[in-house]
Amino acid sequence: MYDKIFPPAEITLPNGKVVYEKKSRTPIILVLLVIATILSVRFTDFDMNILLKRWNEFFVIIGQMIPPKWEYLSHVWQPLLDTIKMSLLGSILGSIAAVPAAYFASSNIVSKPVASVAKFLLSILRTLPTLVTALIATFIFGLGTLAGTVAIFLFTVAYVGKLLYEQIENADMGSFEAMESIGMGRLQAFRYAIFPQVLPNYLSTSLFSFEGNVRYAAILGYVGAGGIGLLLNESLGWRDYASVGTILLMLIITVYLIEKVSEHFRKKLI
Amino acid sequence: MDAIEKQLHASPRNLRYILTITILILILFIWSLTTVNLDNIAESGLGIAAGIIGGILNPDLDLLFSFTSQGVLYLLIETIAIAFLGTIIGAILAIPLAFLSATKIVPKPVASVTRLLLIVIRTIPALVYGLMFIRVTGPGPFAGVLTISLASIGMLAKLFVDIIEELDTDILESLDSIGCNTFEKIRYGIWPQLFSMFLSIIIYRFDMNLREASILGIVGAGGIGAPLIFAMNAYRWSEVGSILIGLVVLILLVEFFSNRIRTKLVRG
Repeated sequence: MYDKIFPPAEITLPNGKVVYEKKSRTPIILVLLVIATILSVRFTDFDMNILLKRWNEFFVIIGQMIPPKWEYLSHVWQPLLDTIKMSLLGSILGSIAAVPAAYFASSNIVSKPVASVAKFLLSILRTLPTLVTALIATFIFGLGTLAGTVAIFLFTVAYVGKLLYEQIENADMGSFEAMESIGMGRLQAFRYAIFPQVLPNYLSTSLFSFEGNVRYAAILGYVGAGGIGLLLNESLGWRDYASVGTILLMLIITVYLIEKVSEHFRKKLI
Repeated sequence: MDAIEKQLHASPRNLRYILTITILILILFIWSLTTVNLDNIAESGLGIAAGIIGGILNPDLDLLFSFTSQGVLYLLIETIAIAFLGTIIGAILAIPLAFLSATKIVPKPVASVTRLLLIVIRTIPALVYGLMFIRVTGPGPFAGVLTISLASIGMLAKLFVDIIEELDTDILESLDSIGCNTFEKIRYGIWPQLFSMFLSIIIYRFDMNLREASILGIVGAGGIGAPLIFAMNAYRWSEVGSILIGLVVLILLVEFFSNRIRTKLVRG
């Protein structure tokens, strides 16, 4: 279509052969991007004047966070531990539940219709923002850490499940077929032929999702699903920015440590 | 002992290592179980679960397809606009930061300081930025744009750095040898290597930002999050259903197209 409107340039080579050079797509993409940007500016009321006039407000808040209020530290421990526990529990259970989910979503192991349905369910679960899942969970399981754990569990199943079924579908099927041919069941063949192939990657993905989950868990308290977000919401509401600074500092240190530990193990796995 | 048995015995034994890790994980698991208390479960939970499922199955179709500024379509477009503009601003801000944290380009101390800054930016949850920016601009989608741009800098810059560190500098030498000046070296030696990878990363981040933007409404920073929360708190499940359906369809569509474009970009 594009080539018909902007016909490709004709170049005659020295030996008489005619080749065509397609016109670059860059200009039209650029034009589209500019239009999209202008529309977005309209839709979001983007106003450079406000930004220029008031951008320092943001740094005023940051200024109030430093130095953090150290006395507040004693209030932070319990919710911080709750956050870690929530993400740990959700990640472990979620990663375990992801194995059967991925099994049923792999089109090379179960029949196509079953796999498509499972894939569809997994992608819906994955698309729902964790905060929304957590909010729904607080309605069903009540306020507190259980709701947060459920939200993290669901997200982990979907995330690890997706990456795992992609691994399974790309796995080498030779040994699977060999094991089936000597009379093993489908599940047995999966256990001994496919699972060892995908195991290191599966563990690495699970660790990676745990890292991410600590970050997500930190905000779940905002909708009442337990953990440090509750405290964060409270302090921000009171404009008690020094306490917010303390909470954020502890959060950054925790996430950094967890990331380093998990990175160490992930490097070992692959 | 035949060849197969020999091979079996030759395989490394790390049973003790695996056992230690397993026990460690088990202990952590049991420790984390202490956080769950089941006495908080609301008795109306089952009814609410039924309400949510019913709402998703019977969405409010008028809301889903109306074109007014309260309709799902408008809100989705606003969410896309927030994510789009935020991604562009974030990417523009991330590029200099990425160069400043590449050990190939700047001295080590500078790189370390910038990296630390990036880690701090990356760890602070987007919702916190949202609440801070609302104090700057007042509630509305503008605050959302600023939040998304700041929140995306961390990850964008980190991924950019990986690309910059992998730059193939042999090309610069060969360009030198045929007499190119600095500008030409950047244009023909560095730019083509970086551009498509950067673009692919930016599109990936746009995908993520769309999800971020859809929850920012919870703190009043525009997008579809606020109506979702209001509808939930008022138990209007069919409204919740229509918003969730719109959101899921949008995110899945964007994910599909962004994956296709990115495969095309990376493969050239």
